[in-house]
Amino acid sequence: MVAQRKMASTRQTYGETLLDMADSFPDIVVLGGDLNVSVFTHLWRDKYPERFFDFGPAEQNLVGVGAGLAANGKIPFVSTFSVFGVGRPFDQLRVLVSQGNLNMKLVCTHAGILTGEDGMSAHGIEDLSLICSLPAFTVVSPADSVETVQAIKTAASTEGPFYIRLSRAATPVVHEEDYRFQLGKAEVMREGSDVTIFATGVMVSVSLDAADMLAAQGVEARVVNIHTLKPVDEEAIVAGARETGAVVSAEEHYFHGGLGSIVAQVVGQNQPVPVEMVALQGYSESARAEELMVKCGLTPEKVKDAALKAVARKK
Amino acid sequence: MIGGRAPTAGHTYSVPELQAMAKELRRDIIQTIYTAGSGHPGGSLSELEILISLYFRVMRYDPENPGWADRDRFILSKGHASPGFYAVLSRAGYFPREELATYRQLNSRIQGHAHPMTPGVEMNSGSLGMGLSFALGCALAARLDGKDYMVYALLGDGECDEGEIWEAAMSAAHHKATNLVAIVDRNRIQNDRFTDDVMTLDPLDRKWRDFGWRVFETDGHDLPALLDTFEKTQRRRTRPTVIIAHTVKGKGVSFMENNPGFHGRAPNADEYQKALEELA
Repeated sequence: MVAQRKMASTRQTYGETLLDMADSFPDIVVLGGDLNVSVFTHLWRDKYPERFFDFGPAEQNLVGVGAGLAANGKIPFVSTFSVFGVGRPFDQLRVLVSQGNLNMKLVCTHAGILTGEDGMSAHGIEDLSLICSLPAFTVVSPADSVETVQAIKTAASTEGPFYIRLSRAATPVVHEEDYRFQLGKAEVMREGSDVTIFATGVMVSVSLDAADMLAAQGVEARVVNIHTLKPVDEEAIVAGARETGAVVSAEEHYFHGGLGSIVAQVVGQNQPVPVEMVALQGYSESARAEELMVKCGLTPEKVKDAALKAVARKK
Repeated sequence: MIGGRAPTAGHTYSVPELQAMAKELRRDIIQTIYTAGSGHPGGSLSELEILISLYFRVMRYDPENPGWADRDRFILSKGHASPGFYAVLSRAGYFPREELATYRQLNSRIQGHAHPMTPGVEMNSGSLGMGLSFALGCALAARLDGKDYMVYALLGDGECDEGEIWEAAMSAAHHKATNLVAIVDRNRIQNDRFTDDVMTLDPLDRKWRDFGWRVFETDGHDLPALLDTFEKTQRRRTRPTVIIAHTVKGKGVSFMENNPGFHGRAPNADEYQKALEELA
């Protein structure tokens, strides 16, 4: 029942997309924290050394320098792992970048449990909660490599602070090459009238598989890709709640403060219906990414179960 | 355009004129904080001659065009010492002196801690340790744009407890930011107590030198000495430069001088009167 999809690395896509933009965006500079090979900014480092600055694993300074460059007309792309890029310099992101409303782009890879074997300290499961709490930030969690290209280009051409969340592991490609990403506009990937599944990141692919399973049981699920968590497409969330009467959120992130919280907030304020959440319940452990996805319940079966539960709760 | 390096600089202030200005601006600081009922007098009074040197003899800038691309940048990293900064910015022409009375008031452009909503302020502040990194970003932007502006960052000595200061120090030397000058307002008092009681900083000169910086030390209230030191920073710039400016917290008001109690509290009515009399 699980669809076979091509796999692609969003972090590699990020590094290649930066290179594509080098000529059209002469103000782009890239800042790294000694993880450039892992986040694929080494491609840029080696080609444009005069537009690249390394700061070592010193993330407070990394973000602080990025803020200073942004305040002087540069478009700094600041990259490291999500745990180091959001957690460590959170105060610099808050005071300098958000309160200063600066045009800095924070692109972090190795988010979530897809980071795998490095274990719980390396699993950025709180990044969305933290970064969504900063008023000035636009937050994008692409579903796949195709969407990553366009999200990165959109961030470069859109004024203001951005956070873009990418993975370590290669993830399934759910978009055709002619897909057009629209910032802040959720994408309905499958129509359905019984329940709406709002998913982000790798959980979009998982939710599409869940919808296939549900269809086999006669339940038609709408699947909506919430690539932009902030500002979120409230209209799409309200429409899903109103038109299908039950909703599910699915994210590879801690249940507190991520997509589930956002969906529940919008639904509760506008169109109260049953809400079920598929998300991480706490810290995980060292293992292969696909093993962790199963152990943590981020599978098509679990999304399907949540959808059935939401449908059953309809009045 | 004002400033010692500006080709079309207007009036060049003499040292006696700057000394008279310092006395006036000390009164502005006391009045600003008294009117607001809160604020940080100690560090505002200790930093004043450093700021006066920069804004009236050293830096080039244009208050009519705060975003002028070729301006020298000044970053107040110790953002709580904003009353001293605002007094200088106002005198330099960035906003009317009357606006000092709106400090910390609703709908004011001059915030408790310096924020870029105030004309002439480059960076949001209020969390210590960030200004040197931000200043390094400005300095690298100058290099990328082929511009020759200087970047000055004023740090508190207590602020040097922050790890980010040393991350920034290490990286500024690594990236050869020769257009970056940090000034440490070495008044030896931080929020709670004397710096020696909270966290040992000495030998502070050696710390900076070991991080790859050129180090100057000066009396931070002696205007001729300060001006001479800033002049020296312009010669043979092959590394980032730090000036350790030895100052007196609360300088100019006898009962505030060297008194940790006036790091962050406003004078009461009696203290206000007494301070103004001393500064008359």
